[in-house]
Amino acid sequence: MNYEAVIGLEVHVQVRTASKMFTRVAAGFGAPENSLTDPVVLALPGALPVMNREALNQVVKAGLMLGCAIAPVCKWDRKNYFYPDSPKNYQISQYDNPICVGGSVEIELPGASRNVMGAHRAVALTRIHLEEDVGKLTHGAGGSLIDFNRAGTPLMEIVSEPDLRSADEAFAYLTALKTIMIYGGISDCDMEKGQMRCDANVSIRPVGATALGTKVELKNLNSISFVRAGIAHEIRRQVSVVERGGAIVQETRDYDGQTGASQSLRSKEMAHDYRYFPDPDLMPVRVDEAWKARIRAGCPELPFDKQRRFLSEYQVPYTITSVLVPDRALSDFFEEAARLSGKPQAAGNWIANDLLRELGRAGIPLGASRVRPAHVAGLVKLVEAGAIPGPAAREVFAAMMETGEAPEVIVDRRGLRAGTDAGELEQWCREALAGDARSVADFKAGKDSAINAFKGPVMRAAKGKANPKLVDETLRRLLRDA
Amino acid sequence: MSAELIFKPITELASLLAEGKVSSVELMRAHVARTRAVDPRLQAFNSFDEADALSQAAASDGRRAAGASRGPLDGIPVGMKDVISVAGQPLTASSRMLANYVSPYDATVTRRLREAGAIIWGRLNLDEFAMGSSTENSATRTTGNPWDLTRVPGGSSGGSAAAVAAGEAAAALGSDTGGSIRQPAALCGVVGLKPTYGLVSRYGLIAFASSLDQIGPFARSVEDTAITLGAIAGHDPLDSTSLRNPIPDYRAGLDRPGATWKLGIAREYFAEGLDPEVAAAVERAVDHYRSIGCEIREVSLPHTKYAVGAYYIIATAECSSNLSRYDGVRYGHRSAEAADAVDLYFKSRAEGFGAEVKRRIILGTYVLSSGYYDAYYLRAQKVRTLIRRDFLNAFREVDAILTPTSPTAAFRKGERAADPLAMYLSDIYTIGVNLAGLPGISVPCGFTRGRLPIGLQIIGKPFGEADMLAIARAYERDHAWSAQHPEMNGA
Amino acid sequence: MSRPADLDIDHVARLARISLSEEEKAAFSGQLGDVLAYIALLKEVDVSGVEPTAHAFPVENVWAEDVAQPGLPVEAALRNAPARRDNLFAVPKVVE
Repeated sequence: MNYEAVIGLEVHVQVRTASKMFTRVAAGFGAPENSLTDPVVLALPGALPVMNREALNQVVKAGLMLGCAIAPVCKWDRKNYFYPDSPKNYQISQYDNPICVGGSVEIELPGASRNVMGAHRAVALTRIHLEEDVGKLTHGAGGSLIDFNRAGTPLMEIVSEPDLRSADEAFAYLTALKTIMIYGGISDCDMEKGQMRCDANVSIRPVGATALGTKVELKNLNSISFVRAGIAHEIRRQVSVVERGGAIVQETRDYDGQTGASQSLRSKEMAHDYRYFPDPDLMPVRVDEAWKARIRAGCPELPFDKQRRFLSEYQVPYTITSVLVPDRALSDFFEEAARLSGKPQAAGNWIANDLLRELGRAGIPLGASRVRPAHVAGLVKLVEAGAIPGPAAREVFAAMMETGEAPEVIVDRRGLRAGTDAGELEQWCREALAGDARSVADFKAGKDSAINAFKGPVMRAAKGKANPKLVDETLRRLLRDA
Repeated sequence: MSAELIFKPITELASLLAEGKVSSVELMRAHVARTRAVDPRLQAFNSFDEADALSQAAASDGRRAAGASRGPLDGIPVGMKDVISVAGQPLTASSRMLANYVSPYDATVTRRLREAGAIIWGRLNLDEFAMGSSTENSATRTTGNPWDLTRVPGGSSGGSAAAVAAGEAAAALGSDTGGSIRQPAALCGVVGLKPTYGLVSRYGLIAFASSLDQIGPFARSVEDTAITLGAIAGHDPLDSTSLRNPIPDYRAGLDRPGATWKLGIAREYFAEGLDPEVAAAVERAVDHYRSIGCEIREVSLPHTKYAVGAYYIIATAECSSNLSRYDGVRYGHRSAEAADAVDLYFKSRAEGFGAEVKRRIILGTYVLSSGYYDAYYLRAQKVRTLIRRDFLNAFREVDAILTPTSPTAAFRKGERAADPLAMYLSDIYTIGVNLAGLPGISVPCGFTRGRLPIGLQIIGKPFGEADMLAIARAYERDHAWSAQHPEMNGA
Repeated sequence: MSRPADLDIDHVARLARISLSEEEKAAFSGQLGDVLAYIALLKEVDVSGVEPTAHAFPVENVWAEDVAQPGLPVEAALRNAPARRDNLFAVPKVVE
């Protein structure tokens, strides 16, 4: 018999805010142990929670970007369970009244090759709610140690319908979700920092069946690759159990990405009784149309929409778009260079190939790159105008990376311009200056127009073929040094 | 001079201080001396920090000398129920669980009292985690009633009521979840006020039942109560349930000669179980209001008999969750016997909590557990709506409602300890006010033949504290009960 | 004292993470039985169409702006810790 898998994902995403979900001490990663606490974080006697407005803005934004219905009114509930990393021994969460309902995540499945766009489809979401993160527990010999810096960080839980059918789909879903979150500035989704975490509910059923099989919850899938590997492993495990005549037991399993094996954590009988009830310390949230409109106005274009636009509007190849689009800053960089140059394909090539390679080699993030969109556009224009030959363009690019100077400046200084000897031009300029000491003095005294006195002689010497802008620049440089 | 200062109202003390006839340090020393003299028998204080109190008093004198006095509370010792955080001071909730805990921060009310210049004075005993009506559930000590040390002071704010009644503090703060200010005020013969829910910040108050808890003042007169309330009331951004209603000058509006009100009497509050002496005293108070021109109307609060049941579901459910944080991990009692982290919870909580706290956590956990939520918690919240509606309907016809505060005067220590339900029913007249979020005040309205104080409860409209206090003052003006003080002899 | 049929004191005590002695279990079962019997009075109330009251005076959107403020110094955070190692809270080994 053939089986198909039915997978639903619960993804926790840390929301990017300056302060915590229910108190104003700073939220952040990498601070000294227990330095980001206050009475609320530590659940000291008497402490009370106060909502973070920005965290609500962020989850509304996530909901709008994912096409969710935003609940007009939602409330906070307490999820009661004891664990040493949970300071109150209850988590403030949203139980039966989440802030976002429905919606979907558009995913792209692997294409026939890397150069071919794969099939797209929408994976349905059940809900998104806001809650708070717990502290970090480390287990050592003889005991466990707790750092509460992470405790209270705003956390979104994004719950999908059991709408995924393979480990590859789960991988594509998480990739797409991560890109959207980063686009929206909602989260950095760095799984290594625990900013994005995933639990998977996996079941199998005979192909063609409609009833759901018994589900197993996989926990601790702490990278997107481990999610794919863990789900693939779980599907194989379940198929092999069923094929041997066994039955799937409802349980929670822990997947170890290093060993590629999983083990049971707890069975259904040990399931928690969370005793949810409305948190009396917090007031409800009402999201009205004006609020939604304000957030909607700040929502960026979705990545796949942008990719489709790049393909149609700029005629950029799929492979280039799939490099540019996932990084919002890079795609903005590209659009700026495309606009300034009027040559999107050439700009795209320079950015997706040369720029990324050189930045990667130097270990520089895009934001710190000396080469800005105008540099790329300038270079593209020089090449397109035939002003510099192809090999020279690479030299100019390398020099731009190094100095951040405009390509025209580099071309002229290095005399790379086809048909112009920069050395000759400089000589003519020197002669013009030497022949008119009075105008040199005037210029130095602040009379800018005195520079025009030198231009006639230079142009005559060049027989009218010198670039006026270059002449002006060269004269000014020499005057500065004179 | 020292002994004469004890029992003087805040208003008079403030004049003496302003005129330089007494210093705040002298006043504080008088209260320390009084406390040292009577508290070994009374047992109202869990602890006090004399050096800290005197240094606050010296600072107050300094302000006054510099012409920067902060008003009528500047230099006045105000006792604090030991569930209200004071930075650098113990905060025990009268529980073994927090025996060694020191709060690193001030509650908002503590901060506001400091801003008013008050001296934060001592940690006052209570029923453990404010759960009880006699202060017998304290893990630290058993407080006596100043009028009869063999009897309870009421609870849970028994230490606060007793300290004010015995002259150990000029005023005190308590907390009231189901009557924990008003009932001990009645039993100790002082004024106790539970504000409208949301009027006073809960930030820094150890939570018992978050949707019912309010901090409020105890004092020996209505005017002193108004002054203290005015200092602590007002919106606090650190408490999401704190409301933005404007705070009137409660003291300025107190005396309204010739003013009359429409006052309600609810038959449901004069029912079975009400001691005849208490009933008679309250009826005399009602007669007084009639005699000064108030219109007395009968109102109906038909859901009153469900209040105790709804209260014990809501309060225990919330407490079961609020007290989960006491686990021996970050602070508080930690069992020495624990084998692992889970065992640590079971043993630390078993050792750290007393019987009544455990009983309520168990009940609250049960009513929230899978399959019972709708039948208990949700239903209780709906009944709460009906109780609240009863009151709001009544307030369409009357300005305030008069009731006994407690069905009986102070009972003997140990008398109800073995029967939790009987103890719970002693809150029958105060609980509805908490469920409806209303303000209530208890003012002394006489004594039993056995010289035990009796309290009259006045229930006000939401945010109607100013009227409620004026109505209380209209009774107090013609009755000198607060001029009588307990002898504190014997026992 | 009445003993409620459906109050499984062991289960509830486990949820509440409190060890109870046999004496406590017996006493609490009886006392809570009385209380639950009393609470059963609520069943006679017609609550159909009645909204629950979670807050006496509900208001909406009570929040703070997202501006980080200083928290507790590390030493203050750990001051009441029953056990610590360096700047971490220490507990006996966590076993699921």
